[in-house]
Amino acid sequence: MAENTPPKGLQDRMERNIWALLIMVAIVLSIGGLVEIVPLFYLKNTMEHNRYPEIVWSKVGQEPIIAVGEGGALKANWKPGDGMRPYTALELAGRDIYTREGCYTCHSQMIRPFRDEKERYGHYSLASESMFDHPFQWGSKRTGPDLARVGGKYSDEWQRAHLRRPQALVPESVMPAYPWLDKASPDPATMQAHMRGLRTIGVPYTDADIEAAPAVLAGKTEMDAMVAYLQVLGTMVKLDESKVYRD
Amino acid sequence: METGLEQKYNFDVVRWFTVMAVVYLVVGAAVGVYIAAELAWPFLNFDIPYLTFGRLRPLHTNAVIFAFGGCALMATAFYTVQRTCGVRLWSDKLAWFVFFGWNLIIVSAVITLPLGLTEAKEYAELEWPIDILIAIVWLAFSFNFIMTLAIRKTSHIYVSNWFYLGMMVMITYLHVVNSLSIPVGLFKSYSLFSGTQDAMIQWWWGHNAVGFYLTAGFLGMMYYFVPKQANRPVYSYRLSVIHFWALMFGYVWLGAHHLQYTALPDWTGSLGAAVSIAMIIPSWGGAVNGMMTLSGAWDKLRTDYVLRFLIVALAFYAMSTFEGPVMSLKTVNALSHYTDWTVGHVHSGALGWVAGVAIGSIYHLMTRLWHTEMFSEKLVNFHFWTLTIGTVVYIVAMWVSGIMQGLMWRAFDEYGNLAYTFVETVDAMHPYYAMRTVGGGIFLFGAIIMLFNVLMTVSKSVSSGSLQKARLATA
Repeated sequence: MAENTPPKGLQDRMERNIWALLIMVAIVLSIGGLVEIVPLFYLKNTMEHNRYPEIVWSKVGQEPIIAVGEGGALKANWKPGDGMRPYTALELAGRDIYTREGCYTCHSQMIRPFRDEKERYGHYSLASESMFDHPFQWGSKRTGPDLARVGGKYSDEWQRAHLRRPQALVPESVMPAYPWLDKASPDPATMQAHMRGLRTIGVPYTDADIEAAPAVLAGKTEMDAMVAYLQVLGTMVKLDESKVYRD
Repeated sequence: METGLEQKYNFDVVRWFTVMAVVYLVVGAAVGVYIAAELAWPFLNFDIPYLTFGRLRPLHTNAVIFAFGGCALMATAFYTVQRTCGVRLWSDKLAWFVFFGWNLIIVSAVITLPLGLTEAKEYAELEWPIDILIAIVWLAFSFNFIMTLAIRKTSHIYVSNWFYLGMMVMITYLHVVNSLSIPVGLFKSYSLFSGTQDAMIQWWWGHNAVGFYLTAGFLGMMYYFVPKQANRPVYSYRLSVIHFWALMFGYVWLGAHHLQYTALPDWTGSLGAAVSIAMIIPSWGGAVNGMMTLSGAWDKLRTDYVLRFLIVALAFYAMSTFEGPVMSLKTVNALSHYTDWTVGHVHSGALGWVAGVAIGSIYHLMTRLWHTEMFSEKLVNFHFWTLTIGTVVYIVAMWVSGIMQGLMWRAFDEYGNLAYTFVETVDAMHPYYAMRTVGGGIFLFGAIIMLFNVLMTVSKSVSSGSLQKARLATA
């Protein structure tokens, strides 16, 4: 086609002008993402705690989750069912291990509102239940079972034995063993840096929470951290069967 | 054959990307076969942290998508843009920076992922320093490509380049937004977003890594290499315009269908599913456009092995772009989500379409870039059959195991109790996990044959002096 024929419409114009094509492509590509993502940040009904404030712990950000008392004794201000709160230093260390080991490649943390999932895993998951999860760990594959409400289902000892050698407890399991978790310990200074980082992006840690980290982590192994994380999953919010959290 | 091309164009960087793509195809597929075997025979984890499924699976996905896919895209984009614009790359230096930068990223991935350094977002696991490097190299790649288009000698921009351009812009958006995080250590960061918003942003990235990186980019390849190999023009110009704009506008919406029935608001998932269904039309339009390019020359499929790769890849493209929208429907998704059906769907796209069209294009490039015939045509044909059979075995295994597991999870007995424990469903998967490993193994075997054939072709070209001759020839 000759250079000097005049452009026949918009498509022809763009095919001759790289900058016009670039700008048009950049605009067209941005629409879908803007429409689907931006409202999630401001629509109130995205997060259930806007309608049911009791989902979030009433003292979050004001009182430490675990306080260090006289003589270094630890005193918990929060108990299961009190509502959503940030992870303690120990649980966060466990969560770091969970992501490090890629547990999300085989385990979901998102229960769907179906009868069989309710029977198997419990109440369907709420958006507010992962409000402090950076990043989210909903997963995409259940090679192993969902873990959103695994907290309290098994004893600490069962979890330890299972992580050390899954096949000893569940012979058909295809899960790898994690014996090295007994051999390493989370570093208090590192965990404090992690908590401070999370606080800058909106996780409401108090100064006391961060200061308590060394006491909370004292003498704990990675195995202890992992078990602490698993045992808190799904136990923070007390869900009411009579309430409709999602329309 | 035309002379003077070696002087006119920068083929050196294309040659390096081409060979590295084949190397990474073997590496990525090998890691894939290994982790598939781990799921069938878990002793293969050997209690070694660096070999566990959870750490190697991100290495597999990153290796096939960014190492193999990336090198194939960069080789073909740099080749196509030069040939269709009639000019040399805007900057040779920037092209080499992209080559070394991209390979540095791949090496860092191979080191950091088995060490467990991860952001824990699927297909975006690499930690923040590597993310920054990716952004820089990607922008350098895009800039060089766009500037080459800007200095072109032809009046119009060829359709392949539209698709490559769309991919470059979208991947920039996705990578930058999805990787936003707060660093808390040299190799540790937390996503800026949390929970539901993080999930939506992740799957906006996740599905469009597929939609743009692995589809738009590879369609760019298709629109150049299918007509070239068939020696006929693209079937329909109009169809390619519709295909392009519908794909650019529509694909972006699909991510939400990964989150049906989750805590993501219903409206988002439904919107994602609605657009997903509509996407069948442009996708099939594109597949038809590619296949019908052979109209009147179907006999070539009998003799031209390279064309076979390209056309079978388009058949897989048509199949996966039908299967995907079906799986996005809520009723189907309720069954398929969290199961191996998703894994099978991804691999019919990845092994059949992405690898198929890239391998076809690479075989086409080999003879052009090294100015010689392939070392062995028979091995190309053999590779074609291993790819096709391996892929079919893999996806059939995953269909059966995925649908079976989904049905077992939701089965109730006559008393209204769950009919199966979770671990009974795991046990039932074993034969299919073994079968999947075999399918993947057949595919890997073909890839190794390809690497051998490619290296022998390079060595043949060097020893016979055909590349040297082409370099010295005067236009």
